[in-house]
This record gives sequence, C-alpha cells and structure tokens, in this order.
Amino acid sequence: MSTDAGSAGSGPLPELASVYWRPRASVRSLGRTGRLWTLSTIAHTVPFIGSAVLLTALKPLTLPVALILLAHAWAIPELYAARGANVLRRLAPAGPDAERRALGLLGDLLGHSARDLHGRTGLVLERGRLGVWLVGEAGAVLIAPGARRAYCYCVKATGTDLPAADRIAHLLLALRADEAGFATVANLAFSGASWRLRRRLRAPAREALAEAAGSSRGAEPPR
Amino acid sequence: MSRLIRMDQTGHTTLVEWTAEDPATVEEAIAAFRAELDQGYFAVVSDGEGHAEQVRELPLDAPLVILRRPIAGG
Repeated sequence: MSTDAGSAGSGPLPELASVYWRPRASVRSLGRTGRLWTLSTIAHTVPFIGSAVLLTALKPLTLPVALILLAHAWAIPELYAARGANVLRRLAPAGPDAERRALGLLGDLLGHSARDLHGRTGLVLERGRLGVWLVGEAGAVLIAPGARRAYCYCVKATGTDLPAADRIAHLLLALRADEAGFATVANLAFSGASWRLRRRLRAPAREALAEAAGSSRGAEPPR
Repeated sequence: MSRLIRMDQTGHTTLVEWTAEDPATVEEAIAAFRAELDQGYFAVVSDGEGHAEQVRELPLDAPLVILRRPIAGG
C-alpha cells in the first residue's frame, strides 16, 4: 500500500486552470460538502416520507399512493449511490499487448500489497492526507478518515484509447503530485455513507472498498 | 541511463534515453521533452510510493520521467 499521496511538495496540478472558479479542496471543504450532500438527501426524501405518512393518516385508502411515495424516498438515495459506484466501473480494454505494457508500468509505481489488490480488484489503493483513495479507470473514491463517509469522484485521463492500467496510472500520478488539486479537478458524483456505496459495487470493488475502509479506520484524522 | 516515456495507446512508448555525461543524448532528450509538453502532455517524476512531482523542465538526474495526458472531471 502506498502512503501520503500528494505530499511531495510538487506544484499544483496544471489542470486546475480549467476549473479556476472552484475553491481548492481541503479537509474542511470536504466536510462541508459531505454535510451539504446529507442535507440534500434529506431534502429529497423527507417530503416523500412525510407525504406518505400524512396521506395514510388522513385517508387509509390512499395507502397504495403512500407506498409509491415511500418507494421514491428509497430510490432517490439509491440512484445517487449508484452514480457514485459508477466511477469504479471498468472500461473497455485495449489490445492485450498494450494492456500488458501498461500494467508493467503501473506495477512499477505500486508497492507489493497495492499491486496484489489491483490484481484482484482492478483498483489501486492509495493513502493520502484527505483519506484513503481507491483509484479506478474512470474515477476515484475517497474514504474519509473513520471510513463512515465516501466521496466518489468522476475523473479520467483525456482520450478513450488508453489501456486500463494507463488510465489508472494517469490518475494515480496526478493524485500523488497534488492530492487537493486532484480532488478539485474531479467532479463529485456522490458523497454519503460507505455502506450505501458498497451495496452498489460489483464484488471485486467491494473487496477493495473494504480494504480501503479498514485502512481508513486505522488512519489518524488529518489536521 | 535515464528514460523519458509517454503513456499512450500502446501502454507506453520510450521516447528517448539519455545519460547526463553524454551532451548529445541530453540535448535530444530536452528537445523531445519540450516537444511533448508543447503537444499538451504533462511531465511527472515518480519519487517512490505515494510521491510524484510535476516538472516543467527535464530533470536530467531522474531515472524515469513520465509524460501523462491531462485529466478532467467526467
């Protein structure tokens, strides 16, 4: 497993120029974003639940409608979590030679345990100052210290012709060079409880998420 | 021997190799490096696990310099 992504004192990511209006991500801004996501989820679901309860109380005959409202209240957060899980999806592979060469380079960038995890799950685990990252081909998931909350980022290297391991290597190198910049450039697709994300992941990604969560629980909170 | 590689559709391509003691190879490496940056690539030196550094000038003493494409939110 790798440690301390982005702490090498490298300059900011050049890609930040294309999102100049975004404030640079930090522990504080992530916490605020997470709370806003939770509030947004509550705002989406509570009206449905409230309406269902009210309808049933006023007129028990409207129970079927109330059930539909409850289904909406359940489905909306699930759809958000599915969108978050989507950042860890696999993309179409390139040719076998290109994949092998790319895998060799990625392997050189990883330690033994991270290489093993990638071999089993297709995801790379990277510890950073903001938390523990799982880097995939089409995005990355940040598990905040304590492992209760996950932030799913949709981000990828430009171009569609890269082998899978190269896509990951692109993201990994950018993350290591400037972790906060990486979290700023990437688009947040979901923030919420890790268990909600877990349910929407394929089995290998679930294994990687469990390992990242375990690593995050053992990590000291950032200052 | 240091290497400048570019991550691309082939996995990666070694663009040039140089040794600091050989001015001709250094010159060739610097020219190749600048040409790739002009094409929109970014250069990174991996400093071991968890560490990488963006570079805008070719670090002649680095064993491996990797050129990557820009990343963008999807």
